[in-house]
Amino acid sequence: MSDRLKRRLGTGALLTVSAVVLGACAENAPQDSLSPAGPYARQIDTLFRPVFWIAVAVFVLVQGLLLYAVFRFRHRGDRGIPVQVHGNRRLEIAWTIIPAMLLAGIAIPTVGTIFSLDRRPAGDVLDIRVVGHQWWWDVEYPTLGVVTANEVHIPAGRPVRLSLETEDVIHSFWIPRLAGKQDMLPGRTTTLNIQADEPGTYEGQCTEFCGASHANMQFLVIAQVPAEFDAWVQDQGRPAVAPAAGSPAAQGAEIFVRGTEVGSCVGCHAIEGVQGAEARIGPNLTHFGSRATFAGAIFQNNAENLRAWLDDPDSVKPGARMPDYNLTREEIEALVAYLQGLE
Amino acid sequence: MAAVVDEQQVLRRRGVFRRPSATTGAWSWFTTVDHKRIGKLYGYTSFAFFLLGGIEALLIRLQLARPNGQVLSADVYNQIFTMHGITMIFLVVMPMSGAFFNYLVPLMLGARDVAFPRLNAFSYWVFLGGGLFLYSGIFLGGLPDGGWVGYAPLSTQNIAVHRMDFYALGLLILGISSTVSAINFAVTIINMRAPGMSLMRMPVFVWMTLVVSFLLIFALPVLTIGLVELFFDRQFQTTFFQAAQGAQGDPILWQHLFWLFGHPEVYILILPAMGIVSEVLPVFSRKPLFGYPVVVFSGIAIGFMGWGVWAHHMFVTGLGPVANSAFALSTMFIAVPTGVKIFNWLATLWRGDIRLQTPMLFSLGFIAMFTIGGLSGVTHAVVPADYQQSDTYYIVGHLHYVLFGGSIFGLFSGFYYWWPKFFGRMLSEGLGKLHFWLMIIGFNLTFGPFHILGLQGMPRRIYRYEEGLGFDFWNLVSTVGAFMIALSIAVFIFNVVRAHRRDEPAPEDPWDARTLEWTTTSPPPAHNFDEIPVVRSLDDFWHRKYAEGQDGRLAPVVAGGADAQGAVAVRRDDAGHGNDSGSGDGSGGHGGHGIHMPSPSYFPLLAALGLPVLAFGLLYSTFLVADGVLLLLLGLYGWAMEPSAE
Repeated sequence: MSDRLKRRLGTGALLTVSAVVLGACAENAPQDSLSPAGPYARQIDTLFRPVFWIAVAVFVLVQGLLLYAVFRFRHRGDRGIPVQVHGNRRLEIAWTIIPAMLLAGIAIPTVGTIFSLDRRPAGDVLDIRVVGHQWWWDVEYPTLGVVTANEVHIPAGRPVRLSLETEDVIHSFWIPRLAGKQDMLPGRTTTLNIQADEPGTYEGQCTEFCGASHANMQFLVIAQVPAEFDAWVQDQGRPAVAPAAGSPAAQGAEIFVRGTEVGSCVGCHAIEGVQGAEARIGPNLTHFGSRATFAGAIFQNNAENLRAWLDDPDSVKPGARMPDYNLTREEIEALVAYLQGLE
Repeated sequence: MAAVVDEQQVLRRRGVFRRPSATTGAWSWFTTVDHKRIGKLYGYTSFAFFLLGGIEALLIRLQLARPNGQVLSADVYNQIFTMHGITMIFLVVMPMSGAFFNYLVPLMLGARDVAFPRLNAFSYWVFLGGGLFLYSGIFLGGLPDGGWVGYAPLSTQNIAVHRMDFYALGLLILGISSTVSAINFAVTIINMRAPGMSLMRMPVFVWMTLVVSFLLIFALPVLTIGLVELFFDRQFQTTFFQAAQGAQGDPILWQHLFWLFGHPEVYILILPAMGIVSEVLPVFSRKPLFGYPVVVFSGIAIGFMGWGVWAHHMFVTGLGPVANSAFALSTMFIAVPTGVKIFNWLATLWRGDIRLQTPMLFSLGFIAMFTIGGLSGVTHAVVPADYQQSDTYYIVGHLHYVLFGGSIFGLFSGFYYWWPKFFGRMLSEGLGKLHFWLMIIGFNLTFGPFHILGLQGMPRRIYRYEEGLGFDFWNLVSTVGAFMIALSIAVFIFNVVRAHRRDEPAPEDPWDARTLEWTTTSPPPAHNFDEIPVVRSLDDFWHRKYAEGQDGRLAPVVAGGADAQGAVAVRRDDAGHGNDSGSGDGSGGHGGHGIHMPSPSYFPLLAALGLPVLAFGLLYSTFLVADGVLLLLLGLYGWAMEPSAE
């Protein structure tokens, strides 16, 4: 039995360690916190790794002692009653002091990193305001006059300071490869530094349970080379282009403003350049067609997904705040044409 | 005094408040005040809830076995995971620990019952009522769905359905149960120890019960305040936790209140299991617990330090670098007494005569698994690392290594160890070992992968995940593991059924144990001990059996010597604490004749019934509120006025 115990726990230990190490180099894990892609995430990673190995060492020590004791001192029938040891003051002081010193050693860099991550980065910092909503993200560039949703464009290699707020319940903004997470709290503004070393698309999602579609509150951070980012800002800064008269898209634009008997799109959505479309309840759709995803970044932005979404939002995204206006097939097609044209 | 007697005689003549006297039969379970039977009621009920919470866990694992699971809708999933957490914490680990407290503490102390036997019955019925009330939402618009932490303002958002009202009121009711129970045990432990049972001769399990009792007494009021405010925010439009639209409240206040309760709660959940392990290891190593005072004091230290670490649940809320640093340090340093316990347990094994019987296997499993939970806990104290780990499956893994690998393994160790004492039957060793190996392998398969999933970016409390995030494989492994745990529980149930079908009485002392509960029959008589034992040392029973020489070597005490050495009968005329005292203020004669035990009573049940009725009334009708209050008052009045015996 004790041989089996030993084997089992031995393999268990090995498995755990190797699995976590494997996890560290897992491919196709776009939200992997162990493959940092920017200085803030890397700072955390640099702190975590030695702590992890210290924990592994303690793990091996304790489980090793446990297995050794069980194996070495198991009942064999011929030893009689063991010596009754009641304690040993020196040993007990030792295993109080040594772990305390070890922990003090971990505490020092921990505190240093806490303060360092909290500071506003020096130099040319881009400020972005992100507001959490059930269940999507409103993204605003106060200095650049750009408003978008669910996709945060940033220039690669440049520090970004996020101001995080929420419109309703608590959300948490987490982009694991670029930074740790930060809650968004009603009545407060919190901050988070992110930075990507290289251009690329990074995935993130809400990590504070926020109701029915918590799982569907995802987002992308798209890091671009600075020139491309500047071009993107230029494009996003323009008002929407009105579609050619008589086209299906123009029909869609009309439906967007006029709506159905039940309600209209402009009741919640803004499109800059469209009269009457100024509401900020739902995402700003001015350049909807330029986005890769929509509805909390859970759908690829294509005609098929958009049709399903407009037809019955709640069935594809539980609890979605966007109402079902019982749009006809023709109305949906017209709206899809219009929205996809908003590049 | 004379007036009281007169009044009692009046009542008896009227026959209105005739006190029940039956101690057998189905009805007697409703009126019992015997700590052993109440302990069993706690055990049966919490085990039923354990199966329910386990089924919820299996549903969760089925839903998450593959990407985009279709087993449950988002809405149902959110209710299920919320109830899984609430159930396992408030309806399983706490009351199951309570089952052990109830059954064992008086026996271990050498007492005949707890200090307040009727209050003890009351706390059980309130617990049952609170649990059923929490689940009654299933017929009334849904179960709580805001997570077991009930964070505002999500928990105050949807007032159209009562789901989170069931949460607030249900936990309030359970809090009453735990509070009165905790007071009962604290009073029992302080006042009802057998002669010679000084505090430092108490078994560690009793010590841990005492620490847990004080933690409950101080922690629950904090939760109570929070829950009342939550309920007011929902029902009376107060704004304690509301910050939107110019309201002056603060959702962070809820988190502070919740975790100021919630972190001591973690120790409330783990210390009983630590107590059990501290009893089991010495028995199956045939050595005293290494450093008994240090183990006791580190338990007390954990109890104190547990009050200074709550904000480590809130590192990502933006408390600021100073607060985060302070709580990082306090959290790291609470690891020290925890580590001390682990090393003392290891030293207890060292050079022992280790018998790997089932209770011992579960205790060893506790040490191994709890160590992993403790180490992952230290990585959370590294605050920046917690910025990544918080609210991910890594945390879910950590908490299950502590509460399942720790608490549940410890409790099963206790079941196997004390089963012969509880029921007079031995559980099968072979099936017990099968249970253990299935459970520990299944446990690691289920919860080990959570660490990887969390670090790979899987948030907790999501009803689905997409393909392509790298979550598929380990989620499937975890689901397989969960069913292995379910199988191990089936083995346990089979073991129990089998043992109870066979008519093989268990001996008084099957494990060659050390503490007083093993000196009486299995199961013990209603009055526990024919003669109240006199205690001369820690592990008194052991020392009655074995004499320890100068070199620490043991020799069995010659037959017949045991009586002469230890079990001296005394009358404890001075131990009476009113008419509820169970400590035998009558004659300590042989065979239990003439020992006055507290009489059964209807009133704890009646009073307890008032609370859920009152709670339903708060949600549905003023008329029911009145009914509930009336029941409660009637119960308390009858309780106060009933004669001590019929």
